[in-house]
Amino acid sequence: MRSFADIETRIDELALHADPAAAGELVRLGEEVLEHWVAGRGEEPTQDQREGFRLLALHRQGCKGEPSFNACRETCRELAYQYNLISQARGGRGAKQVHMAAMVAKYLCLFVAGKMRENKLGEFCCSSRDLRAREN
Amino acid sequence: MSKKDGKTEKYRKVAYYPGCALEGTGHAYNRSTKAVGKALGLELDEVKNWNCCGAMEVKNIDPKIQTYLSSRVLSIAANEMGYDTVMAPCNGCYHNLKKAEYDLENDAESRAVVERLSTKAGHQTYSSGQAETIHALDWIKEAIGEKGLKARVKNSLKGLKVANYYGCMYTRPRHIFPEKDQGEGSESTSEPHFMDDLLAAAGANNVDFPLKTACCGGAHTLSDSDISTKLVLNILRAAEASGANVIATECPTCHTGLEMHQIRAEKRFGEKTSVKILYFTQLLGLALGLSPRKVGLQENISDSRDLLREKGLV
Repeated sequence: MRSFADIETRIDELALHADPAAAGELVRLGEEVLEHWVAGRGEEPTQDQREGFRLLALHRQGCKGEPSFNACRETCRELAYQYNLISQARGGRGAKQVHMAAMVAKYLCLFVAGKMRENKLGEFCCSSRDLRAREN
Repeated sequence: MSKKDGKTEKYRKVAYYPGCALEGTGHAYNRSTKAVGKALGLELDEVKNWNCCGAMEVKNIDPKIQTYLSSRVLSIAANEMGYDTVMAPCNGCYHNLKKAEYDLENDAESRAVVERLSTKAGHQTYSSGQAETIHALDWIKEAIGEKGLKARVKNSLKGLKVANYYGCMYTRPRHIFPEKDQGEGSESTSEPHFMDDLLAAAGANNVDFPLKTACCGGAHTLSDSDISTKLVLNILRAAEASGANVIATECPTCHTGLEMHQIRAEKRFGEKTSVKILYFTQLLGLALGLSPRKVGLQENISDSRDLLREKGLV
């Protein structure tokens, strides 16, 4: 696995070129980010897919028992959405969207890298851990 | 809308819970919320002798104490002031009051703790269902609506390209917001739009902003500022890449975080962004013809005066 810094650098490169062909690589970079998180929990990153995306399956795996990880659920879904937009764009109109997808991928990278350093990121606020703990 | 379920009338006069942040760093939000309410003919009756909702800190040390603290606010509004609706503009307060409501409905242990502490404190115990907690967005959206707002606009926000940033606590976790995701007319937890709707009605051009519910790392701004700064910087950059010249906020923690880390990003990482940060109530106030002072523009760290002047709004 590449380091978070290398992933971030690659995302920045893809953002710069804004080539619609990069959409798939951005999703894969997102997967690589989540693999770090899952592996850090001592688990084998899943190869499954949800709604056609391994990214979403990895997020689901990563948030099991960890409600604060839900804070990046929408980011993962947004990256999948951006991928779909780029894939369906005609005549190079996806170029601007690639830049946006790269910002989303970068955000995911920053958030997860932040959580690897400070596990409580996202826990103080929106996760309401006690509610989840009771329900799990 | 919602004449059928009576919300339009019900929300015209509500108990107002500003919370601690709106007396401090978020004072401009307090000021602009009140000013907009007044301009729209809506009444806010501040909850008497209110206390902190338990914020993030108490919730993490002892969640039951947070439930009690929030329940006390609801109890005063419902039992002492006779209100069935409490409006909390701060996402943290709104979230915590909603969470307390959920706790009291679903957890016997929470009910027992709240009963015990309420008795000890000498006030009536709040029971779930006595009051509905709403956000400032629900309040204006239901009581006035886009149509009503449009009719009252004096200075269109036309020309302002707005990225609407809702932050994390307005929609997460989904199960404490049972009224959301209920189809047409209701708010969405994955793609919130109430702020977009209101600002569009006031003439703003909303941009397609992909990080509208992204975590800003706000709660960690003291323990690890660099994480927060990097997260915020990416949010600011994404807003600019979306074509926005303004980020509209509806939470004092998000707002302050964006403002502070915008400055810190420049100082610490040499990364300058120029997108302006304003509360949605400040933008609505300007659209309704209120003066910059009335909506507290002078209290913002992010100086938006040149942009607003250029657009003819101040």
